[in-house]
Amino acid sequence: MSKKETKNDLAIETLGLTKIYGSGNTEVVAMKDASMQVHNGEVVALLGPSGSGKSTFLAAVGLINPPTSGKVFIGGQLTLDGGEAYTNLRSFRRHHIGFIFQKSNLIPFLTAVENVQIALELNGETPRAGRKRAMELLDYLGVADRADNLPSMLSGGQQQRVAVARALANRPSVILADEPTAALDSSRGRQVMELFAQVAHEQGAGVIVVTHDHRALDIFDTIYEMEDGLMQRKIQHAESSV
Amino acid sequence: MNLAAKDIQHNFGRFALTTLGVGMLLMVVMGMGGIYRGIVEDATILVDRVGADLWIVQRNTKGPFAEVSRVQPNLVHRVLAVPGVQASREFAYYTIQRENRGKQLRIAVLGLSWPTDKGEWVTLIAGRLLTQNHFEMIVDESLGIHLGETIKLGKETYTAVGITKGMLSLNGDGLAFVTLPDALAIQFDTPGESIRLERAAREGRGEVSELVLKQPTLLDQAAKPSGDLPAIARPQLSAVLVTLASGTDLDQVVNIISGWGDVSVYTKEGQRQLLLKGMVEKVRRQIGLFRVLLTVIAAIIMALILYTMTLDKIHSIALLKLIGAPNRVILGLIMQQALVLGVLGYCIAYTIGQKVFPMFPRRVILTQTDLLQLAGIVLLISVVSSLLGIWKAMNVSPNEALA
Ligand SMILES: Nc1ncnc2c1ncn2[C@@H]1O[C@H](COP(=O)(O)OP(=O)(O)OP(=O)(O)O)[C@@H](O)[C@H]1O
Ligand SMILES: [Mg+2]
Repeated sequence: MSKKETKNDLAIETLGLTKIYGSGNTEVVAMKDASMQVHNGEVVALLGPSGSGKSTFLAAVGLINPPTSGKVFIGGQLTLDGGEAYTNLRSFRRHHIGFIFQKSNLIPFLTAVENVQIALELNGETPRAGRKRAMELLDYLGVADRADNLPSMLSGGQQQRVAVARALANRPSVILADEPTAALDSSRGRQVMELFAQVAHEQGAGVIVVTHDHRALDIFDTIYEMEDGLMQRKIQHAESSV
Repeated sequence: MNLAAKDIQHNFGRFALTTLGVGMLLMVVMGMGGIYRGIVEDATILVDRVGADLWIVQRNTKGPFAEVSRVQPNLVHRVLAVPGVQASREFAYYTIQRENRGKQLRIAVLGLSWPTDKGEWVTLIAGRLLTQNHFEMIVDESLGIHLGETIKLGKETYTAVGITKGMLSLNGDGLAFVTLPDALAIQFDTPGESIRLERAAREGRGEVSELVLKQPTLLDQAAKPSGDLPAIARPQLSAVLVTLASGTDLDQVVNIISGWGDVSVYTKEGQRQLLLKGMVEKVRRQIGLFRVLLTVIAAIIMALILYTMTLDKIHSIALLKLIGAPNRVILGLIMQQALVLGVLGYCIAYTIGQKVFPMFPRRVILTQTDLLQLAGIVLLISVVSSLLGIWKAMNVSPNEALA
């Protein structure tokens, strides 16, 4: 009974995620038996050296690139078991998951505001309402003045902030960010991290952020570290470890 | 938000050029159809306009257009005697190639049975009909002969008194209408030297002929012009055209004339079919095949264009999938661009065609049916040729947005 309650409280749960690329001589085990639990409202930092499997883990949790084996639960619902999908992954992503990637990933033929708006429209928002909310988000992230610029006319940091706006647009229950602050100066970077924490706490979303920026670690509730595909929980802050 | 429109807007210059290219290609496809219609129209315009119910030609020939036909001049009177025939007129038709103002001129000469047939059925755009039995002609504007201009044909000089439009022979040569005697004079124009030689030859033949030995005065006859010699026939006609009295049974008249051993008879529709089936058939098939080929090529080119356009934005498509765009959104993006390309291409083809086709040496006729048919084909091509791009887009993994 109590276990079930705990499950219901979980935004993300992964069980023994393993990802093997290639086969035979070229076989690469990118991720081995990685398990993690993220509660609603919890903000998790994922650290680890380059090539340790962080992006691979995020792609599996984000239902983008399924693991070779292992289970992914989102909001208590089994979504992936190995390569097998238990729901319409694309529609699930649209409704529940917000992404920010290592490289900025904006659609080059849409302006900044349209890049945010499209995510809202895909989720059934009207163009008018979508545009209004997109503008609010851009304003909040300090890029409203560049709303009508194409991504190619924005700096790396501005692009990243537009991507953050898009990820938050549909009020997802899970936010996955892969080095979102790499292109930002440290104060902007910290601001974005704080924004994630705020969204997590206000909306009860589960957030995983891959980061190399050790200065902002105090913001996170929990810290995991990956090494050679292995997942390890490092620190759990007092407030969420009760 | 319309993604297809946004993408086109972003790559506007390239899309515009591509559309122009597709438009030009479709214009050629459109033109091919128009050329075909033009050939059919040109082939049958004479038969349609001249308004004869029956065409009587040399026995077992398919003349006078498809091949040479010669009938006796008195046929015109024999035909008049058939019950139900209201009028009959002589018809001569042949093509000559002459030089005028230093330019090679191919003229299809048509002899009118003047004054029975003054050429009222020819629509003039300038000048007047023939008013005298000799040395006047009505010419098609395509010949480039001006009103009042004179041109020497055979031994005589002819004045262009009327200009007509769109009256072309099967081969696309402009028609010139003259009176029948003039037509025959031009066709059977023999140089003086040749006549003198022929007369000398007659004497030579006569000297060894038993008939002339018995009647030496016959040789005096031989020196006269051919036309004055009872034994040597007048130059012959191409055909005789028959107009029936209203209420006459066509089959009955055809039956009677078919019984005559020296001629064959065709109805107006029969003559049309001779022209279309016999002479135009191969050209028609050739153009038809060419048109099919061009359509296939247009489809392949459009498929490649749409495929490349899809490849160019494959990263965006992967990204759209990643943020959860359903297939219908991605399908719509590609399909809408395909349709815009097709529809705009078609409009460009039509617009440019309207300007360009009239400059062609032969007529290019765009009929409503052909235009609608092509529009349908273009829509179909647009849809089919986008399939390759759609297939590529459907197969791209959202994971590729991260690569
Ligand atoms: N498509 C692939 N095919 C083969 N091997 C891959 C593929 N993608 C990743 N790998 C390998 O898997 C391992 C983990 O890669 P991953 O991108 O998850 O690392 P990372 O922790 O995100 O590194 P970084 O900090 O540099 O982004 C690496 O050794 C990488 O070479
Ligand atoms: Mg990575």
